[in-house]
Amino acid sequence: MGALQSLPGEPEYVDLAKKTGFSFEQIGILHKRFKQLSHNEDTLVREHFRKIPDLESNPIRSQIIEAFFDRRNFRQNGEGTVEAIGFEEFLVIMSHFRPPSLHVTEEQREAVRRDKLRFLFNMHDTDNDGTITLEEYRHVVEELLSLSEALEKDTAKSIADAAMLEVEPDEFYEGITFEHFLKLLNGFEIESRMNIRFLNMDTTTLCK
Amino acid sequence: RHGHAGARRVCRGLLLLLVLVLLEGSVVFPLGAASSPDVDPRGHSEDRAVAEESQNYSKKAFPVLSLDYHHIHVPFEIALWVLLASLMKLGFHLIPRLSSIVPESCLLIVVGLLVGGFIKLAGEKVPPVLDSQSFFLCLLPPIILDAGYFLPIRPFMENLGTILMFAVVGTLWNAFFVGGLLYAVCQIQPGNPSDLHNLELLPCLLFASIISAVDPVAVLAVFEEIHINELLHILVFGESLLNDAVTVVLYHLFEEYSGAGTVTILDGVLGVISFLVVALGGVLVGAIYGFLAAFTSRFTSHVRVIEPLFVFVYSYMAYLSAEMFHLSGIMALIACGAVMRPYVEANISHKSHTTIKYFLKMWSSVSETLIFIFLGVATVDGPHSWNWTFVTVTVLLCLVSRVIGVIGLTFVINKFRIVKLTTKDQFIVAYGGLRGAIAFSLGFLLEEKHFPMRDMFLTAIITVIFFTVFVQGMTIKPLVELLAVKKKQEAKRTINEEIHTQFLDHLLTGIEDICGHYGHHHWKDKLNRINKKYVKKCLIADERGREPQLIAFYHKMEMKQAIELVESGGGFKPPSALPSTVSMQNIQPKKPAAAKPVQRALPQLPKGREEEIRTILRSNLQRTRQRLRSYNRHTLVADPYEEGFSDFIIKKQKIIELEKKIIHMNNLTLPAAPPDSPTLCRARLASDPQAYRPKRDSVPTIQVDLASPQSPDSVNLMDEFRANGSRREEEEDQGLTMRPRGEDGRREQLTRCLSDPGPSADEDEDEPFLP
Repeated sequence: MGALQSLPGEPEYVDLAKKTGFSFEQIGILHKRFKQLSHNEDTLVREHFRKIPDLESNPIRSQIIEAFFDRRNFRQNGEGTVEAIGFEEFLVIMSHFRPPSLHVTEEQREAVRRDKLRFLFNMHDTDNDGTITLEEYRHVVEELLSLSEALEKDTAKSIADAAMLEVEPDEFYEGITFEHFLKLLNGFEIESRMNIRFLNMDTTTLCK
Repeated sequence: RHGHAGARRVCRGLLLLLVLVLLEGSVVFPLGAASSPDVDPRGHSEDRAVAEESQNYSKKAFPVLSLDYHHIHVPFEIALWVLLASLMKLGFHLIPRLSSIVPESCLLIVVGLLVGGFIKLAGEKVPPVLDSQSFFLCLLPPIILDAGYFLPIRPFMENLGTILMFAVVGTLWNAFFVGGLLYAVCQIQPGNPSDLHNLELLPCLLFASIISAVDPVAVLAVFEEIHINELLHILVFGESLLNDAVTVVLYHLFEEYSGAGTVTILDGVLGVISFLVVALGGVLVGAIYGFLAAFTSRFTSHVRVIEPLFVFVYSYMAYLSAEMFHLSGIMALIACGAVMRPYVEANISHKSHTTIKYFLKMWSSVSETLIFIFLGVATVDGPHSWNWTFVTVTVLLCLVSRVIGVIGLTFVINKFRIVKLTTKDQFIVAYGGLRGAIAFSLGFLLEEKHFPMRDMFLTAIITVIFFTVFVQGMTIKPLVELLAVKKKQEAKRTINEEIHTQFLDHLLTGIEDICGHYGHHHWKDKLNRINKKYVKKCLIADERGREPQLIAFYHKMEMKQAIELVESGGGFKPPSALPSTVSMQNIQPKKPAAAKPVQRALPQLPKGREEEIRTILRSNLQRTRQRLRSYNRHTLVADPYEEGFSDFIIKKQKIIELEKKIIHMNNLTLPAAPPDSPTLCRARLASDPQAYRPKRDSVPTIQVDLASPQSPDSVNLMDEFRANGSRREEEEDQGLTMRPRGEDGRREQLTRCLSDPGPSADEDEDEPFLP
């Protein structure tokens, strides 16, 4: 646990831990990673993310990066984007991927679900207007399929069209609202799927 | 009155069952008498030689009709047993309430007991099936291959750590706990010096290792009927598959050294190494054969008929090769099936896929039935030696050790799992640890001279099997209901879910990369990329097989919708309350309210549009008809989906855009098939179609059997038989027939021209677990 000694002291961590639910060790490790990504500065900008080599082969890279700078994900009811984020915002974004703890009530589980689905929704809704329009959804599908060769433009379009049609087959609507989105992914069990493992021990040294 | 009819039906069913059993028993008896089991085949030929010789001397009357049972008795008896098994399966489903209360495995064991009783009464020798090669070489592989080929890879891999913990550590714990305590109990018998005192530690451990493994056949048989959620199913089932390696090693280890009497540390270490070799070796052998099969399937485009054969033969060879080296044959089969499946399915035709699926289901179903029947028969046969202490202590210890093992392991596992296992989950996992025929066969294989206690072992094994299958098997269903355990999701996969599955994969991989640790998603992503770049190019024949999963999924859905559309003549599911027009134009980006008001009136289609629709439909049908023209035994009907694929899709897109507007076409007043019509089951085929000509005057009703999206892989053979029974006669050469609707509203069947749609949209690797 020597990693903790070079980092800010405990009182700040207490605050962050309460806000995001991470443990002290996890916060310490993430802070170390933050410093590594930002080359020891205080804030991260998009350039830092773009430099991560492993991310390059990811088809939805730009959307992931954008999600970090999207004020709606900071849990402060903000809007719009920022240019640079600090460690606290970094941690808040990461906390969206924490698994729900074992003994939660139904409402807490539902709240976690809404939280995660909201994050996904924000990723799709790039122009911040509260609905995912056809164009935005088409863009999502195109990005997803962008890595495969020989893709016809029409296929992505028709997939997105069919997906939109699934929402309300008989009604007229402008785009997918958050309520629609919840209904669409009702059976998806996102609270068990949208998680990654946050380590308590420091094993990051592998990637840059 | 209603109750009367029901009761009468029940009586009829029971009577039928009884008759069948009596028939089987009575047939076996005289045939058994006719064939003297100890006849010397040499003697027979000698007789013949003598007869020939004597023929030279005195010419006998030429035998017009003679009975020579011995000539064919082996295959005849095998066929008779298979027939019995299948008739039993039929019989159970004729009795209405029985199959929902009692799991089939229990009924089959009872039948086996009855048949065994008959055979014993008749004084004949029971065919020793469960000890010899036939169990491990003939009866077990189809079941395992079926399970392995359709194994849902994604949940299996995600929970692999948990499954391995339960399989390896859990089985080891069970074996040593039960063995040790059993030995202790046997030793402490005060007073009367019973046989139990002679029981050494090692035979005890051997016995415990046989009895402690969860049996895949029993688990499959019982869990198939309770439909619990995917996670629990894969945990218990995966455990039952993977513990084979542990069982093999422990069995051989203790059997080997029971004679010597002691096991040293060195033997223990060798045992551990042996375990690794057995497990990894089995998987390796299976994977090699799997890749071979995938590679072979790349070249089968000209000889489609034998494609299924490659799958079966390569898998069987994998099993036999693994058994040859005393590696784990079960793991080899699983690995072979799981490895070859994605590539083979991309290469083979839809018909071959259906063939493989049906054959695997058929064989595994018959195998399972036979295994349970033979279990019953072998129970009656004996040899038994009942010892109250031993048997009751065994049963008790098995239960206790299972519960303790599961609780303890879950405690450890939950520290590493993201989604923890709840108490309910633990209970189901513990309760679902059924023992089955494999344990019995392993016990049967023990030699009498090395293990004088063999009979007692067998009795105890049978008791444990009966206990788990009957008591646990029958009560697990009501317990699942009582505890409100989450059930399997029956809902159809939607495009949105598919999109978001992919999206989530990439998102989580990206977040892991940002976080800086190479986790689960990172490696999976890397594996996928290697797969796409190198392996698929090698093993998959054409471009279409390599399309990304999302597009493949979408195409399958489109295909299904296209078929539905073409068959129902363009009439779609009637909108519930408000007929409105929705087309892509309705989903406008941000036009103000002036966009499209909901049209309550039925839209009038312009004439030109109707004509266009009809032309599209007709041309599609004509095209499929051209393809189906040639047929002989060596070339199957050309697969219509493999040619002209892309322009079919474009046409289909046009149809989709228009489909919502074709609610009520003026001259085709077809009530569309109601969504829950009982005739909606698997789509059927016929050969040559006739052109589809909608007439203005006649009011045809086309009721269609559609591929049910609700039951992807659960090929319920009973449904097939029930549904197809009435239509057997119509099947041959009957194209697209349209008959006017009967006065009483009886629906006529429409036999279609398109070939089997093959894998439904649900059958990707991420499908819900199949029975």
